[in-house]
Amino acid sequence: MTKQLKALFYTPYFVWLGLFVIAPVGLIVYYSFFNINHQLTLANYQTFFGSGTYLIMTANSVLYAFLITLIALLISYPMAYYISKLKHRDFWILLVILPTWINLLLKAYAFIGLLSQDGLVNKCFELFGFGPQQILFTNTSFILVAAYIEIPFMILPIYNSLTDISSSYIRASHDLGATTWQTIQKIIIPMTLPGVKSGVQIVFIPSLSLFMLSRLIGGNKVITLGTAVEEHFLTTMNWGMGSTIGVVLIISMVVVMALTNTKKKRRQTIW
Amino acid sequence: MVKGTTSKMGKMYLVLVFLLLYIPIVFLIIYSFNQGTTMDKFTGWSMVHYQELFSDKRLLAIFLNTILIALLSSVFSTFVGTMGALLVDNAKRRRTKETYLYLNSILLVSPDVIIGASFLIFFTALGLPLGFWSVLLSHIAFEIPIVVLMVLPRLNEMSSSMVNAARDLGASNWQTMSQIVIPFIQPGIIAGFFMAITYSLDDFAVTFFVTGNGFTTLSVEIYSRARQGISLEINALSGIMFIFSLILVTVYYFIENRSQGKRKVMEA
Repeated sequence: MTKQLKALFYTPYFVWLGLFVIAPVGLIVYYSFFNINHQLTLANYQTFFGSGTYLIMTANSVLYAFLITLIALLISYPMAYYISKLKHRDFWILLVILPTWINLLLKAYAFIGLLSQDGLVNKCFELFGFGPQQILFTNTSFILVAAYIEIPFMILPIYNSLTDISSSYIRASHDLGATTWQTIQKIIIPMTLPGVKSGVQIVFIPSLSLFMLSRLIGGNKVITLGTAVEEHFLTTMNWGMGSTIGVVLIISMVVVMALTNTKKKRRQTIW
Repeated sequence: MVKGTTSKMGKMYLVLVFLLLYIPIVFLIIYSFNQGTTMDKFTGWSMVHYQELFSDKRLLAIFLNTILIALLSSVFSTFVGTMGALLVDNAKRRRTKETYLYLNSILLVSPDVIIGASFLIFFTALGLPLGFWSVLLSHIAFEIPIVVLMVLPRLNEMSSSMVNAARDLGASNWQTMSQIVIPFIQPGIIAGFFMAITYSLDDFAVTFFVTGNGFTTLSVEIYSRARQGISLEINALSGIMFIFSLILVTVYYFIENRSQGKRKVMEA
């Protein structure tokens, strides 16, 4: 009796696992084998790997995601480092989290105003003697805005791993005559590597699929894997091809996860 | 890390990055009070865009839709997610537990586009019309794993002797659950509920895929308006949403701190 009751109790979660986790992934793989006329075929994969367009797009997309991740990491690491040394660090890290609670679309929209022809950034350029530049709708603006949005997600895991380092390690290293830079190099960076890895994981994968940003900020010039999926599903209605790109996206996600997974048990670092 | 030892250069760097993080948001909100209609020139303070916003019936309806979806989906996902956390926690073998956790995290790490596209295929295959229900179901679906992850740490902290003691004293399964387990993991459940709300309010891509015509949430509406260019009504909206998220954060941290304070008292 109790066993049956238990089973009943867990049913909703199992239903969720089956219907919303396993079935959708299965369906996307299944659809990737159908062409636009709903015939079973491998043509989608042939198009993807045969034509240069898709491969170049994939390479571009990976390159963009790589640059976004790199910029976010370069800005976030010192940021996390300095925050972890502040007196009221819990408060300051809360200030880092706060912008993530504001809708992504609103932040993107703010940049449309900031980067436009007569926007604030161009006015600052004029102060320094540069003429107004076309900033909005370029690849650079896409990368910078994406990096801006991802920075808090990069800071958090690094910050968490920094605060885990016991201060006695730092003191010991100083007592043994290490300079600040040596301590950073030999103690802090190696010990925060798991944080960096999960940061990269959290930032890189979404960066492959930021289609709203490439539309609003990149001006449709940047085509990422995500843009292509959206295009095929909602505009050209070629779900088969969209699913094929989706499968490629899933595979690259698994690769990134495998590369950045630490062997030790991972702590949950998103929040 | 050693606290309170930030160098001058470090402080300057912090100020710089914080400025970078907040300038776009402040910029957006300041211009919501602009008399003019562009984000280029500030011509004077006025509340005209807020008046516009509050008389825009369509946008208000969308706002209410968004809140309704967020609340309903969070309540459901909190229920199911808590059950899921109990299931993961009760798994006897390590392997089973790891499999559950692995399956649980799939939706957390998948790109939004994939979740959206696969849900779209799924709903179409089922013949479910796109609209309110498809959006609600999708939101419930992608919020469940985060609830599980927020509840699990509390379950891990709970010592099994508490449950055993309750059983020894003759409590039924239901009594153990409602009197011992649920109160103990309550902070985790509340944290999960709040995370679910923010996930729902923040989502754009998944909703964009499964929303069809007719039904819209705020993110989708902002996207389609932003594609047409600047309208300071969106700025006014962002001002309101900023205050809304500030309230959410404050409430969340108040609850969090209170439960932590309680825990400290209990430990002492």
